[in-house]
Amino acid sequence: MNSKTNLRELFFQECEDLLESLTDGFAELEHDSTDMETINAVFRAVHSIKGGAGAFGMETLVEFAHAFENLLDEVRAGENTVNPEMLSLFLQSGDHLADLVDAAQSGTEPDLVHGGELLAQLLTLSNAGGDAVPAAGGAPETSCTNEIGDVDFQPLTLDLDSPLSEGEEAGPVVMRFTALKDLYVNGNDPALLFRALEEMGDLSVEADLTALRSLAELDWDEPAITWTLTLDTTRTETEIREVFEFVEGFCLLEFLSDDPGSDTPVDPAPPHSAGPDATAPANASMAGSPTDQDSVRSDGPTRKAAGTKNTIRVDLDRVERLINIVGELVISEAMLSQSVTEMKLDSDNKVGTAMGQLKQLSSQLQESVIAIRAQPVKSLFQRMSRIVREVSQTTDKPARFATEGDYTEVDKTVIERLVDPLTHMIRNAVDHGLEDRSARAAAGKPEQGTVTLSAAHRSGRVLIRLSDDGGGINRDKVRSIAEARGLISPDAELSQSEIDNLLFLPGFSTNDEVTNLSGRGVGMDVVKNEIQALGGRVSIESEPGCGTSLTISLPLTLAVLEGMIVEVAGATVVVPTNMLRETLRAAEATIHAMGPGDRVLASHGEMIPVIDLGAFLGFRTPPQDLSEHTLLLIDSETGARIATVVDHLHEQREVVIKGLEKNYGQVVGISAATILGNGQIALIVDTDQLFEKSRAVQPSALFDKAIGA
Amino acid sequence: MRQKILAVDDSRTMRGMLEQALTTAGYDVELAEDGKQGLEKLENDKPDLAITDINMPRLDGFGFIEGVRNQPFLRGLPILVLTTESAPELKERARSAGATGWIVKPFDEVKLVAAIRRVLA
Repeated sequence: MNSKTNLRELFFQECEDLLESLTDGFAELEHDSTDMETINAVFRAVHSIKGGAGAFGMETLVEFAHAFENLLDEVRAGENTVNPEMLSLFLQSGDHLADLVDAAQSGTEPDLVHGGELLAQLLTLSNAGGDAVPAAGGAPETSCTNEIGDVDFQPLTLDLDSPLSEGEEAGPVVMRFTALKDLYVNGNDPALLFRALEEMGDLSVEADLTALRSLAELDWDEPAITWTLTLDTTRTETEIREVFEFVEGFCLLEFLSDDPGSDTPVDPAPPHSAGPDATAPANASMAGSPTDQDSVRSDGPTRKAAGTKNTIRVDLDRVERLINIVGELVISEAMLSQSVTEMKLDSDNKVGTAMGQLKQLSSQLQESVIAIRAQPVKSLFQRMSRIVREVSQTTDKPARFATEGDYTEVDKTVIERLVDPLTHMIRNAVDHGLEDRSARAAAGKPEQGTVTLSAAHRSGRVLIRLSDDGGGINRDKVRSIAEARGLISPDAELSQSEIDNLLFLPGFSTNDEVTNLSGRGVGMDVVKNEIQALGGRVSIESEPGCGTSLTISLPLTLAVLEGMIVEVAGATVVVPTNMLRETLRAAEATIHAMGPGDRVLASHGEMIPVIDLGAFLGFRTPPQDLSEHTLLLIDSETGARIATVVDHLHEQREVVIKGLEKNYGQVVGISAATILGNGQIALIVDTDQLFEKSRAVQPSALFDKAIGA
Repeated sequence: MRQKILAVDDSRTMRGMLEQALTTAGYDVELAEDGKQGLEKLENDKPDLAITDINMPRLDGFGFIEGVRNQPFLRGLPILVLTTESAPELKERARSAGATGWIVKPFDEVKLVAAIRRVLA
């Protein structure tokens, strides 16, 4: 039985949602810090995390959530007001709460030092000071005395810790018990209390019916019976009193044996009642048939409340399987379609019509299945808001984080793999992109910089753009660094965009010193590689004085890809079209020989290295005569371009990606495979590796070489 | 006949835990996500006891209890309130709203069943 584990998992899943609503709530509070509904929602989120954490014994989490919750509760009760200082603490505490949840989930040690500081701040801001946790063993909250008023019960109720009887020899406990009206109103039943007492020892019950009136005059909620209970037990008074915990104040209870001299409340003066009025029908005590009541009415039954999403949780594996099966179906459909075409039937035959429908349905099916895995980028964006806060704090550059298009949907697996590159880009944007306070002031910009993250769908792809309103790329500095690192030659002529793209070169860092934020041993080249591994591209634009923006363009899914089917050395391969710029016949192109075996293509005033795809894949040695071949011009992210030699072009179409790594590991030059309509397997070329092979990643270097030749 | 308990809590985790603990203890369990849904479910499910959280969206535990107590045919229904710690004011408010008793979270099965047995025949 692993139900406890399942509940734990359920808890962590819920935490994810709760933390998300927490972030949402804080964003709301930044606009309107007095919105009660938001404050309540935030409170509930923290409260629920605490509740669950308590159930699983996650002490650190409980302690922190408790302090957090207390402060929120004060705000909720109007005893404390949200100011910028408090809001900032909320944000940090929310982050820390997320860390604690992570730590609890992974079983790692959370950052207790930071947590301790935040905890102290939470307690400081709280009115209650550090005294928020109820002291253990404190006085009970109520006693009969409070409710009954002038009747003195104190000696009986407050002395909780003294055992009623020291040993087994002690005599039986005698109690006198009268139920008051509210005891019944709240749904309690003396008989059940007696049953609980009976479980503690030998109980005898005697009812004093003298106050009971005749049935005709009986008022159901008027206390009339007083019971004398004699319990022979070894339990302490505290334990016995626990049985009456729920009815404290709703009854008269005396312990006769303990202190026979104590005042006896003979007069059961009914306490003032906050319950419903007393004129209710006599049979109202329990159950009855609720069918004929006009109960839960009009304002209740609409279930479409905001926030209650109609969703189910599905194991990702199942979706994966479904996507695979649909992929197979699309392939079978293509095979069938090809066979039908080869049969050369009449144009108006029924098979053709049915094929058309099948094709349409299967492509709809494919889209729908892929949509299942699509998720709004909101959660990803929310994680980034935290990065902005952290970096802003460390670098002392005030930054506002804005998002657009939070509900743009992207494949879940893509979203997950975007976390690292985006994190790095955001660190850069705040750390390097935004100017420091003085520079901003000098430029007449608001002190607080803005970092905007947006997402949108654009012609079958997803565009994610990160822009800042900083000073833009310092191109002179970038250039000199690139020269100093030997990435470009000092006399290379570079366009502005080429300089900007130098940032993506391996081992580039613009800050003279690697800061502890953006540094961490990763450069923008890693970001670029990760995006490319997702089938995407990154581009950079910068306007001096106005800011920099990075745009990531991604395919909607990793399951299909738009490819050019080509033939090379007798094999059919697929070249992804996302980076394909142009195709041209070699016979009509100007190709120059450059040293032994190297060739370049002169195109639009550029010299482009020519690489034979067949040779790259190890199928053949590069052909001497290219006149019968076709060239594919492919771009890299950095603006580099190569011309790839293939034998024939077949067609451009969407192909279903079939991973090879599981069976073959990483194959150099090949990213995956696909199955074509005729059932043939075709390899998908990894164009990035073509560039690595060509050692032509640096456009300028090549340009220099071309010019210098 | 097995007794039926309606558990009202906005936390999935807590609903899961209640369901598991109560089922193990031999009760039939109905779940609701907030007070509003709780009141709706009362009508059809006719539970013998309700357990409710306090802090919930749409309609909180106090509102739920008041909703029950204001209905002639339901008002005797025992209701246990879930509280995270023994916060005196919360208990007091729940009581004046008409709660029969309370369960302090985190609860174990023994505590839960003991509390139930004290209010459910």
